[in-house]
This record gives sequence, C-alpha cells and structure tokens, in this order.
Amino acid sequence: MRRTRLRLSDLLIYLVLGIMALIVVAPIFLMLMTSLKGNLQFMKQPLALPDGIHLEGYISVFTEHNFLRYVGNSLFVTLISLSVSLVFSVLLAYALSRYRGKWVTRLYFYFLMGMIIPIRLGVLFLNDLLNRMGLLDSLWGLVCIYTAMSIPFAMFILTGYIKMVPAEIDESATIDGCGTGRIITHIILPLIRPAIATVAIYNFMPIWNDVYFPLVFIFDQSKKTFMLHVTMFFGQYSKDYNLIFSALSFAALVSLIFYAFGSKQLIKGLTAGALKG
Amino acid sequence: MKRSRSSFLALVAPAFVVYTAFMLVPLIASLGLSFYEWSGYGAKNFVGARNFLRLFSDANYSTRFWNALGNNTYFFVITMLIQNVTALVLAVLLERGLKGSNLFRTIFFAPSTISVVIVGYLWLLIYNPIWGALNKVLGLIGINMKNFAWLGNEGTALTAVAVANAWQYIGIPMMLFISGINTIPEEQYEAVSVDGGGEWHKFCYVTLPNLKPILFIVSTMTFVGNFSSFEIIYAMEGTLGAPNYATDTLGTFFYRTAFGARTGSPPEMGMGAAIAAVMTLIIGVGVVAWLRFNAAGRDD
Repeated sequence: MRRTRLRLSDLLIYLVLGIMALIVVAPIFLMLMTSLKGNLQFMKQPLALPDGIHLEGYISVFTEHNFLRYVGNSLFVTLISLSVSLVFSVLLAYALSRYRGKWVTRLYFYFLMGMIIPIRLGVLFLNDLLNRMGLLDSLWGLVCIYTAMSIPFAMFILTGYIKMVPAEIDESATIDGCGTGRIITHIILPLIRPAIATVAIYNFMPIWNDVYFPLVFIFDQSKKTFMLHVTMFFGQYSKDYNLIFSALSFAALVSLIFYAFGSKQLIKGLTAGALKG
Repeated sequence: MKRSRSSFLALVAPAFVVYTAFMLVPLIASLGLSFYEWSGYGAKNFVGARNFLRLFSDANYSTRFWNALGNNTYFFVITMLIQNVTALVLAVLLERGLKGSNLFRTIFFAPSTISVVIVGYLWLLIYNPIWGALNKVLGLIGINMKNFAWLGNEGTALTAVAVANAWQYIGIPMMLFISGINTIPEEQYEAVSVDGGGEWHKFCYVTLPNLKPILFIVSTMTFVGNFSSFEIIYAMEGTLGAPNYATDTLGTFFYRTAFGARTGSPPEMGMGAAIAAVMTLIIGVGVVAWLRFNAAGRDD
C-alpha cells in the first residue's frame, strides 16, 4: 500500500499505537528510573526523574550479593540444555522430514504434543525420578528437564525447514559416498542456519527465565539459578527499593538486550513458520 | 533411494528417550501418584480414589478447589478480553503498512521476553497503594484512588494480576495474528472494496473469517497457559493467593498442597497429585483440540 499523504485515519492509528507503546514502555522505564534513584527520593517523588545517578544498588548487587555467580549457573544450565536439545532435534527433524509412513506421522504428533503440554504437570513424578537418579538439587537435573522441554518447538521449526531442502540434494550426496552424518553436518546444517537461530532464541527465553523448576528442585544456595536468586532476593530486601530495582532492572535488561539482538531473526522465524507443518 | 530402518531409529532415539523420560512419562506417572498417600519421603500408601473424594467433598479441600477453578476461569475470560482482543486490534493496525510498524511490533513483543516473576514484582510496585505509579497517574487525570490497594482488595486483586499478565504477553497473540493476516490474499479485500464496503466490512467479512484458525490457536494457548499459571500469582500475591484466596488458582493450590513444607503446612504429595490430575484433565481438553486442529491442517 503506497500513500502520498497522511490521512486522518492514519493519525488515529498512530495515536492508538503510541498510547499502547507508552503503556508497554512506561513500566520498564519506571523500573530503570527507580533503580537509579535514592530511596529517600523514591518515597517523596516516586514518578520523578532521578535527582542524581545512584548506582549503589547495582554495585551492591554485583559485589555483596554475588549476582554473577548465579548468572553463571543459569548460563551453564541454559547453554547445555540448548545445545543438547538442538543436536537431538536436528537428528530427529532430519528423520521426520526424510522418511515417510504412518509411524513417521505418529511420531511427529507425539513430539508436537509437547509444544502445548505444560511439563510442570508432571512435576511430582519428576521429583521422584530426579531423586532416584541422584539429580535432585542438581543443575544437571534442570538440564534434563529443559532439554526435554525444548525438543518439541525445535522439532516443529526444523522439520518444516528441512522439508524445504530438496531430498535430491541428499541423494546425489549419497551417490558421491556421503553417509547420513556427513549429509546432516555438511549439507543440511549450513542450509538451515536461520532456523537454528530462531529455535535457539525462542528456546533460550523459557529456560533462562524459568523459576518454577529451580524453586521446586534446587535447595542448595550455591546452586540457585539467576531467576531463583532474584526471586529470593526480592523477598529478603523488598523494602530497599534502590537495591531491589537494581536487581530487577539488571535481570530484565539481560533479557531485553538479548531480545534486541535476536528480535529480527525471532520475529521473522515466528511469523513465517508459525503455521507450517 | 533406500533408507534403512535402523538409521531412522538411531536418528530419532536420543530425542525420543529424553522427551519421553522427562516429559511424557512424568506426566502420565504423576496421574498414577494421585491414588497414593505420602509426604514425599518414605512409603506410599495406596488409597484408591480417596484423594479425589476428599478433593471434591471434604470442605478443607473442596472449598479451595472450586474457588481456584472459578478464579482460573475468570482469569481466562479476562485474559481473552483484555489481552487477545487488544492483540487482534494491534495486529490489524500494524498490518496496514504504515511507517514505523516494525518498531511498534518489536516494542509490543518485548515484555514477553522478560521473566514472569520480574514482571510480577514490577507491577507490585506500580499497584503499590502509596508510591504506586497507577494511583499517581489516576490522580493526575482526576480519578482519586489515593491509597487504594488494587492487589489487597478482594474485588480487584485477580483482575489486577490478569492485567499485569496481559501486559506481558500481548505480543505473542499479536505476532500470531500478524502471521495470519499476512496469508490473506489481497483480492478478498479488493472484492469488498468493489462492493462498496468500508474498513469495518473488510474486517468483519475478510480478516475475521480468515483468522479463525489463529483465533483457535490463540484461545487454546491462553486456556492452557492460564490453567497452568503459577509464577505471576506467586510473585504478586504469594502461594496463598492473597487476599483471602481471591487470586488462588489451581497452580498455587497445587503448589501449596504438594510442597507444603516450604509454606508451613506438611506436604501432601498424593493430594497434590490429585489436583495435578484434575488440571491435566482440564488442560488435556485444550491439548486434544489443538492436536486435532493441527492434524486437520496437515491433511490439506
């Protein structure tokens, strides 16, 4: 649609979008402002801009409260779960898109189910299972859960993409003496790189942001994930607004910065592949 | 080309084992646990359907159960109205090809990338009766809500939580609606124009009917998400679903019952499993509907 001049209806649309953007941005802006404000000013003028830059909260978060240690725990869990689930899902998606038959379709739906079933409904048996495996109160226990949780979406997106790669390419590679492993690593992987990026960004968020499983399965203070640490931190220091909002801002900024870098790929992948089987 | 069965199995096996062991088996085995009584440690006693009988008829549990179920239903309806209707409007406005649409789209999606608990705590501050931004802003536009505790009042608490939740997730249904609108052929709109129909007609007779599948997906996702929600209530109102259980949902009720030791009362894993089983049944309806829909789409 090409437009030569701004019409009244367009102005109204901008007005609606602008108000909505304000509603979305204002709370985040308020959080960042509060994190830079001294507690005294916060009590007196909760909505005003900070009268000076108070970084005490941020400094305390990193020095006294050791946030980076928990960021490390979360990175460990997130990166391992993401990598393992990606490797497993690429193999799975390759099989599901190159083989035919009733069992292939059944398997596809078996995995697809996991996209909408909340894994937390099985938390009581998981508790038992991890306990027996000696993985209760262990970051590796979380890795198992998050890997399983990430497979369905990865399978869904990757199967759709691999199907678009013509099977004739694999066939000629086979004639040239390539095995399945080489076909996947040398032919398929380079072609589906954008899909892998979409999956990695999409699956990163629920793992990084999860509080539920750490809350239920992690007891040892030193093994807390970052979000669990922020949750407990909030309960402890909820009256020290400068400190608490420094912690919240830092946690939110990590996600938002990650999103700022990945959003283009994510949105492209989601809006393109959302309904393709 | 011949493909061997064994290489198919080798490709599928790793994902199958992990997914089955940590997702499907726990889901089904947890249902079985609802027929036992135990505290999480030591022996399990088989008690048949007693946990379910108590859940539905013992006033200690049934009052909380029906209350939570009602709250979940209300939460779902409010989310459909606030979050999904707004998301649909935004998607339609963003797909008119106006300049800056991409930027707006990116902004609207941003909160869904932040952790639920962070969003919960942030809105706790906004709703604060004394320092909260909401009452201050309402005061500025002449609505006097000074010292009104949105989260402390039984009549407003659940709606306030639902608004915070909708604020965070509006971008996800919006994105799905956008992907749906993108697939609508331009000719259908032109046909309405030729017949002299305006924007409203285009929306009612072209956009909306074409979006039926997406509306279905969005409703199912909202249904499943709301009936398994926990963190937003945990962050804003605690595991007791304050005030006076006004925001208590199946998720918080389950957590309290199954992992009670951490909130003061002893854990009752068997009862917890019974609550989880009922949740699974309710959510299962949504999952089956969603799967049937996907199966129908694949036959085309």
